[in-house]
Amino acid sequence: MLLIHCPYCAATLPELEFAYAGEAHIARPADPSTFSDEQWRDFLFIRTNARGLHFERWRHVHGCGRFFNAVRDTVSDKFLTTYKAGEPKPELEALLKAAGKDAAE
Amino acid sequence: MSALRIPGKGRVDHAQPVRFTFDGKSYQGLAGDTLASALLANGVHLVGRSFKYHRPRGVVSAGSEEPNALVGVSRGSGREEPNTRATMQEVYDGLAAVSQNRWPCLHFDAGAGADVLHRLLPAGFYYKTFLWPKRFWDRVYEPLIRRAAGLGVAPSEPDADSYASRYAHCDVLVVGGGPAGIAAALAAARSGARVILADEQAEIGGSLLAETGARIDGQPAWDWLAAARAELEGMANVRLLPRTTAIGYYHQNMVGLAERVTDHLAAPPQHAPRERMWRVRAGQVVLAQGAIERPLVFHGNDRPGVMLAGAARTYLHRYGVKVGERAVVVTSHDSAWQTAFDLADAGVSVAAIADVRAEVDSALLAGAQQRGIEILLGHTVTGTSGRLRINAVTLAAAELVATAAGRVLRCDVLLMSGGWTPSLHLFSHTQGRLAWDEASQSFLPGERTEDCHIAGAGRGLWGLGAALADGAAMGAAAARAAGFSPDMSAPTVEGDPAGSGVTTTELPGNRAAHNTRAFVDFQNDVTAKDIRLAVHEGMRSIEHVKRYTTTGMATDQGKLAGMNALAIAAETLGAPLPAVGLTTFRPPYTPTTFGAFAGYHQGETFDVTRKTPIDPWAEASGAVFEPVSLWRRARYFPKPGEDMHAAVARECRATRSAVGMMDASTLGKIEVVGPDAAEFLNRMYTNPFTRLGVGRCRYGVLLGEDGFIRDDGVIGRLAADRFHVTTTTGGAPRVLNMMEDYLQTEWPDLRVWLTSTTEQWVTVALNGPNARRLLEPLVEGQALTDEAFPHMSVSECRVAGFSARLFRVSFTGEMGFEVNVPARHGLELWELLAAAGQEHGLCVYGTEAMHVLRAEKGFIIVGQDSDGTVTPDDAGLGWAIGRRKSDFVGKRSLARPDLVARNRKQLVGLVTHDPRTVLEEGAQIVEDPNQPLPMTMIGHVTSSYWSEALGRSIALALVEGGRMRMGDMLYLPMPEGTHSARVTGTVFYDPQGERLSA
Ligand SMILES: [Zn+2]
Repeated sequence: MLLIHCPYCAATLPELEFAYAGEAHIARPADPSTFSDEQWRDFLFIRTNARGLHFERWRHVHGCGRFFNAVRDTVSDKFLTTYKAGEPKPELEALLKAAGKDAAE
Repeated sequence: MSALRIPGKGRVDHAQPVRFTFDGKSYQGLAGDTLASALLANGVHLVGRSFKYHRPRGVVSAGSEEPNALVGVSRGSGREEPNTRATMQEVYDGLAAVSQNRWPCLHFDAGAGADVLHRLLPAGFYYKTFLWPKRFWDRVYEPLIRRAAGLGVAPSEPDADSYASRYAHCDVLVVGGGPAGIAAALAAARSGARVILADEQAEIGGSLLAETGARIDGQPAWDWLAAARAELEGMANVRLLPRTTAIGYYHQNMVGLAERVTDHLAAPPQHAPRERMWRVRAGQVVLAQGAIERPLVFHGNDRPGVMLAGAARTYLHRYGVKVGERAVVVTSHDSAWQTAFDLADAGVSVAAIADVRAEVDSALLAGAQQRGIEILLGHTVTGTSGRLRINAVTLAAAELVATAAGRVLRCDVLLMSGGWTPSLHLFSHTQGRLAWDEASQSFLPGERTEDCHIAGAGRGLWGLGAALADGAAMGAAAARAAGFSPDMSAPTVEGDPAGSGVTTTELPGNRAAHNTRAFVDFQNDVTAKDIRLAVHEGMRSIEHVKRYTTTGMATDQGKLAGMNALAIAAETLGAPLPAVGLTTFRPPYTPTTFGAFAGYHQGETFDVTRKTPIDPWAEASGAVFEPVSLWRRARYFPKPGEDMHAAVARECRATRSAVGMMDASTLGKIEVVGPDAAEFLNRMYTNPFTRLGVGRCRYGVLLGEDGFIRDDGVIGRLAADRFHVTTTTGGAPRVLNMMEDYLQTEWPDLRVWLTSTTEQWVTVALNGPNARRLLEPLVEGQALTDEAFPHMSVSECRVAGFSARLFRVSFTGEMGFEVNVPARHGLELWELLAAAGQEHGLCVYGTEAMHVLRAEKGFIIVGQDSDGTVTPDDAGLGWAIGRRKSDFVGKRSLARPDLVARNRKQLVGLVTHDPRTVLEEGAQIVEDPNQPLPMTMIGHVTSSYWSEALGRSIALALVEGGRMRMGDMLYLPMPEGTHSARVTGTVFYDPQGERLSA
């Protein structure tokens, strides 16, 4: 069972309190009617399905109730970071460097 | 006392005999015995029949890796456990064990015919032998194989035991209580770290329990062990868990520990749990799981009496049991020599030590000569004999094996050792890499993914001194990593026997390949020939070999078989061993009961049962309940002598003719509040909400962004900035989650707050022509006339003196009201209405009548008449879409090509040709009942009931192009015959809706 850091509660808590909520940074278009069928199909159904680092959403459903974003490695399942909804994507290079440094310590 | 038990020897209690039975025969053991040691003390080696060939099998090991000695243990009905390892089951007075997979009895087994026919049952036989004739598979072959194959019999009664579960936290978790584990626990605990030490055996000590020669810190090994255990027991920061198996190593140092609490007790305390599952979150983990001895692979290596040399040493020293009177040892490793010496010193006649190596350490040779044991170097085994127990072994010099006849040595046990495999199962669970070590010919732990430390034999170290030193070092390292300052001292050891060896594949033999029965996997009956056959038939990776032959797929996960199978596959392929790969170990480490996983989640506490405040009244009134999501709802209220049909018909009649009352409290309720509440609902639901007047309600349909119906409900506007939203009973959490998602992440600018209020309100639905007459005298602050309070109105007023939210809505087609009062007043209101309703012919109805009444009106139930692929138009709800709205969730999808395609399945009514036929929900619909098989199915029945109001059956169905088929006859082929039904509209009753204000 993973431990997950909620960026709103600023606490690291058991996975049981959280629910996965799909890939992150897929914004609903302001006016879907302007989307072609292909664009809309991609918005609805096409996902990265990453092997490795993945931007994804979680909800602290049995806690503060907030949705937040995370970078997680789908091979090791490990979280590299979590951050509040609306914040920009973190730099992967820097994250990996930080994770590598942690592992070496 | 049997001659095989050495008086006073071992850690068993010679003063405390216990009686137990095996296959109905009574035996004596000693307190501290396992079932295996007690049987061996009585000269019993034959304990079971093998899985596939029904070959006689005996005890092979002295631990949890045991593949053969699986027995059934029973404590009476509901307390039967199949496939219990006799090497792990402790004896107690009255223990009743039986052998498995034999008929009629262990000594004569009819299924052993399979052994004679083994050439017909090669690896992968079920993929090829039984393919012809095709029809024979499910009628003849499969039932036969199912009856013949298998291990224990699954119990048929519910488990009568209880199980516990616990969470725990510690700085250092040590898995394995052998010398390395104890040294690790001591080092960590002395530094102040909170330590948990878990060991699967009844007694903590591991290999020390069978160590009598060595001295540690100047003391005999057992004295040192006693002192070390006493020290650990005395520390408040240490928890010792014997009889506790670490079954799985999960993310971020969470380790599952299955503790056997009562399986060893003659009379378990009445309320004690049988097992307890610990979920331990450890700062650091030390894996000190030791190593498992490998069998040798040769013809006849599965005969009872052939066992691992190390096990024989454990039985001797720990249990005081000689496993036989006359032993032969065959080995590729030094350790078996020590076993031979110890047995000889205990009075066992050791006929010979055959070592596959041409040269061995001179000290070992001297030790054998000194004891008069014949030494046969560079030798192999060509066969064994004896029907139910070995009586002789044939040995031959390896280079002469093809030409010379071997020497036959009489013996009653053959002790084998193929070296030792580090136990890295838990390390594997963490996705930790294993690296092949050429020197030790084994896989050793490589790159780690968790905060863990592998100590002792688990990382290929040999000997007591090395294990203690490494354990101390790893325990200290773990404590340091957890923030403590441990001391770095390790115990000193004298008399530590050295050990080295070589890895072998199948030993050379002199028999034709097809006549060689050299077993690799005892539990799944896989031979060396099977592995080679798999390679010859094209399997290249060990994962494929495993699945084709089933080697390593038995309940022991190939703890003994794995390395031998890999070595034989690699040799056959001509590839280096690590290139063939290693199969993945998965939790649990050993078979674990369902009870241990379930813990408290069984029976009434299996899952949450949600009950409304009206539930006690319903129960007292004899309601029959049904589960609806987590809720328990009253389905109908039978009067004496009524069956469900009669009760539901009566409830329906009363509601349509007078007034019916139902507990609708389970309806999901969400309070949507804020200046932008109307805009928010406008974006979420298909219907327009911005212009909904205060005091008015609207039926709302909620779609997913894909355009399919997710939920529905009535939404009432209480104020400009406040809505009372209802959802389906099961959908409430999903709807709130979806609303929160959009609010938080797509439209964070909207000033809206969402609160679940499902359990804050009790909702009483009143439906029927007398509903208003019943309610009117009780309502203050709201006139109930059609003018003042028309259909689809909402009002905050008082009902029976309670502050209430009163809705005028109908899910039956009759005049209807839903009274919401604070939950704490719900039961009082209910009882008041029940009493006041008497003069109006009030009848309480349940969910079944509600279903019938709504179906008569064609009102859908989301999840029953829709299935996640149904659009509003499919369901006939096109009218609920706000066409002028520029956007709402799912709107864009309603124009997707697939969703506007012709011939989509649409909701229609069906009336059967025979009005008494009530169709089965889920029944498939075809156009032509005489078409050839397989028929083209064009839809299915979603709802079907007897309609009391119409005096006939009615049904709703999703049918391709359904609304174009009005009046058509369709067919429903069923096992009892084909039904015919005509397509109609979905509103069967009062199509004009006149009764809403009748
Ligand atoms: Zn939180």
